[in-house]
Amino acid sequence: MKAQPSVLFDAPGPKARRNIMISNLVTLAAVLVLVVLVLMKLNEQNQLEPNLWLRAIDGNAWANYYLPGLQFTLQASGIAVVTSLAFGLLFGFLRLAPFGPIRWFAGVVVEFFRAVPVLVMMVFLYFFFARVVAGNGAMSPQDAPYYAVIVGLTLYNGAVIAELVRSGVKSLPKGQREAAAAIGMTSNQSLRLVEVPQALTAMLPSLLSQFVVIIKDSALGYLIGFYELLQYSRQLGSGHGNMLQSLIVAALVFIVINFILTWVATRLSRRLSSRTSGETAPAAPATTGAVKTA
Amino acid sequence: MNGFAELFAEYDILGAFWMNIRLTFFAAIGSFVLGIILAVFRISPVGSLQRVGAGYVNILRNTPLTIIMVLGVLAVWGQLKITFSDDFPLNFFTYAVIALSIYHAAFVCEAIRSGVNTVPLGQAEAARAIGLSFLPAARLVILPQALRGAVTPLGNTLIALTKNTTVAAAASVAESSGLMKTMIEFRPDLMIQIFLTIAIGFCLIVIPMGLLTTWLSDKLAVAR
Repeated sequence: MKAQPSVLFDAPGPKARRNIMISNLVTLAAVLVLVVLVLMKLNEQNQLEPNLWLRAIDGNAWANYYLPGLQFTLQASGIAVVTSLAFGLLFGFLRLAPFGPIRWFAGVVVEFFRAVPVLVMMVFLYFFFARVVAGNGAMSPQDAPYYAVIVGLTLYNGAVIAELVRSGVKSLPKGQREAAAAIGMTSNQSLRLVEVPQALTAMLPSLLSQFVVIIKDSALGYLIGFYELLQYSRQLGSGHGNMLQSLIVAALVFIVINFILTWVATRLSRRLSSRTSGETAPAAPATTGAVKTA
Repeated sequence: MNGFAELFAEYDILGAFWMNIRLTFFAAIGSFVLGIILAVFRISPVGSLQRVGAGYVNILRNTPLTIIMVLGVLAVWGQLKITFSDDFPLNFFTYAVIALSIYHAAFVCEAIRSGVNTVPLGQAEAARAIGLSFLPAARLVILPQALRGAVTPLGNTLIALTKNTTVAAAASVAESSGLMKTMIEFRPDLMIQIFLTIAIGFCLIVIPMGLLTTWLSDKLAVAR
């Protein structure tokens, strides 16, 4: 990342350049000291053994732990993306309905699922699926964590997406609606043909950053016994005594995937800005459980 | 209704929620302090500091909180043997607060940065014109306005933090989602009541926070 010109300071003169260089050196030294301290601590507990690290990145680790785990993480997240999109569109439309009680009902549902922590949702769904649904033979108990993760992610992220749809439509310039009315569209047609399509285009980058939230939150499945990337890495770690190393590799896998998605979202928002009169900047990126009150 | 009364009599539900609130309180302070330092790094004229800030934010923002929590407890405590207190619950509480602070600092930093973007260019130019250098300008002119402009994203981060304190269950802190698990295990017959109790508890904490955020951001908005 290049140092960008900022509004906060002038182009540096000779003295400021010297100060900046000194600060750079101090920062570099501080980072180096930190790295050395961490390495010393690792060494003290014999965590720098090459074997521990090798066994966290060798073929066995990938083939039997990371990749199967990643498959479940991505599978659950992928399904949750589709279902939460469906849930979000449905409730987004309901929140824009002309009939008051429908709007209020949808509002209460959306606010409820946005306020309840995803983990609380998942824990409840897990027990509900494992005891009630599986008790009726509708689901095998081993599948309970998997479905609990998907449904939990769907309810929360669907509610967030419903809010995105609603605020996306609300934030379109008034002229869009007026122009639709001027050429004789009813308010329903205007919503369906003019406003929602533009809101959806404007939402795409935010949807992608919501995908990042979903992938990150799928790791909560670890707490209800879902076999995803984190769970597999923990198993690898406890099997080979290299917990630290395998968890770091798992974290890196998450970071790389999410980094790519965030990058695509930013690119997309730049490309799409010409196709809609809405705001395409991705929403405050990927806070787990961000609630937009604006 | 009897079910609810039984639950409150049998389990320390309020105590568990109190734990969530304590986690929120300490992690809010931790993440705010760290986040503001990172934000100053990111808007500073020093290239290396900008990179440190950006690197921190990009890495932490893309890591699941659960992994940070588990790394703390299983790796840093379990393998590196770093202990904060001989008292187990306090030790894990500290780990949970640190993990929550480290994670949410990235979002606080981004919230403040978005607040800085709301400060018009003229403010920084005026600060320089009266001879303030970077740090005094940041402290006296830019940050006070930026913080007021950042109330909404900061409030959202605080709300997210409150909900994310449930992840402290991964560090075996006795908070409400953990208690919920225990309660359902022992009283599966009251599953729905248990869920509603915990869920409504969170609604009661989180929804007023959202309203307060909206009210504050209107009240504190810098009139321009």
